[in-house]
Amino acid sequence: MEKIIFYSLSTLAVFSALMVVLSKKPIHSLLYLLLCFFTIAGHYVLLNAQFLAVVHIIVYAGAIMVLFLFSLMLLNLNIKEELQKTVWMRIIAVISGGLLLVALVGVLKGLDTSAGPMLASTQIGLMKNIGNVLFNEYMLPFEVASILFLTAMVGAVMLGKDEEKVVKK
Amino acid sequence: MLYIIYKLVLITIILLVSLGIAMYATLLERKFAGFLQDRFGPDRAGKWGLLQPVADGVKLFFKEEYMPNTADKFLYILGPSLTMLVALLTSAVIPWGPSIFIAGTEFSLQVADLNVGILYVFAIMSMGVYGIMIGGWASNNKYSLMGAVRASSQMISYELAMGLSIASLIMVMGSVRLNDIVDAQQGWNWNVIYQPVGFLIFFICALAETNRHPFDLPECETELIGGYHTEYSSMKLGFYLFSEYINMFVSSAIISTLYFGGYHFPFIDKLGLSPNVAAIVGLMIFFAKIIGFIMLFMWIRWTLPRFRYDQLMRLGWKILLPLALLNLAITGIVILATQ
Repeated sequence: MEKIIFYSLSTLAVFSALMVVLSKKPIHSLLYLLLCFFTIAGHYVLLNAQFLAVVHIIVYAGAIMVLFLFSLMLLNLNIKEELQKTVWMRIIAVISGGLLLVALVGVLKGLDTSAGPMLASTQIGLMKNIGNVLFNEYMLPFEVASILFLTAMVGAVMLGKDEEKVVKK
Repeated sequence: MLYIIYKLVLITIILLVSLGIAMYATLLERKFAGFLQDRFGPDRAGKWGLLQPVADGVKLFFKEEYMPNTADKFLYILGPSLTMLVALLTSAVIPWGPSIFIAGTEFSLQVADLNVGILYVFAIMSMGVYGIMIGGWASNNKYSLMGAVRASSQMISYELAMGLSIASLIMVMGSVRLNDIVDAQQGWNWNVIYQPVGFLIFFICALAETNRHPFDLPECETELIGGYHTEYSSMKLGFYLFSEYINMFVSSAIISTLYFGGYHFPFIDKLGLSPNVAAIVGLMIFFAKIIGFIMLFMWIRWTLPRFRYDQLMRLGWKILLPLALLNLAITGIVILATQ
């Protein structure tokens, strides 16, 4: 049962990820990306990490993608207006894509899969355990990250402000 | 096998009840408006207009199906479907009543007892914006687009304050499972007593999230014709209109669950009822609370005028958000002091 769910989720994830790149309209690729996020959230649930799954959906699908959708809709990008790619750009893209593929194959070859992935505990993804780990062992990185976010937020507000008003003050 | 059948039956019942309540909420709304404006409301179809929702439904089904030429076909259909789906999904985690015992087997009245209950509700609510935005954009009409943009910016703004009010509730409860939250509210221990400000913020945000008055700027007729569903007709329009009532029903259920004790009733232990009867009484009490909140939603709709757009944004960002943050901080200090 779990295997069937896993494979159907994975197929859907790979398909939607491919469609993100392949579809012509930006809005369509955005919606495929949304589908991809949901399949990944499904994988989290399979790993018994419901909290991560839900937070993944709230943050990525509920907040970040909405902002993307927002800007895409207002910009109203069309296929016609898309930048024409020159031959050189295509050649460079093929070469760099090929290099990435070689690197990935190399990594996969060196990977020892005989033992299988080991989880410290199957309960690690539950909210209580994540909270305990986050606020005991990783307290400092967690707080530093939150300060980083705060800085980014203040920066965004500063950039969004009307420049004349700032100068006047 | 029995488990799967029972869950399927439960899902079907909940689906039908949500649709039925949403259907009759439209009639209730019109009757209520009639009462407040000193007129009768619909009373031609059936006794007291009881067949009016059916007549409306039939009318919507047989209306001409119109699709704008320039619309993105797939997304145009996806919009209302997604709105309906998201509106119905939330009811999966609501604990409708205590478990019923038939022949010694326990039958829970909740479809899925997730241990991330509230967060699931919150995640699904944040999905609600997609249906409106996709529909509004795919119609390829500037009024629709304006309505969609308004709806989404409004939802994003009010989600923040809502999330913070839920956070302070979680701090008081110490759990995010909806069952734990309901069980902690036995007797008079309703969360609204411990979190009155949180409840107020949550309620206002729920009004904004369901696009109800006074926050119904996305479909403001005087400025935007019909808002995001200007280009929709027939049952696709019906889906948009109907999902608003389902959203209202589900929001009322969630408010009752989180802040008003769910299916608990102060003196239910003292009545000495057998578990099954107590479960049915609890279920009825829960529905009474839900209908009470639906009435409150309607009362607000027919009392308050619509906000202006800048007022709406100011209320969300400059009043509700700081208030929710303050509430969170005070809750934290009180919990720390009483421990």
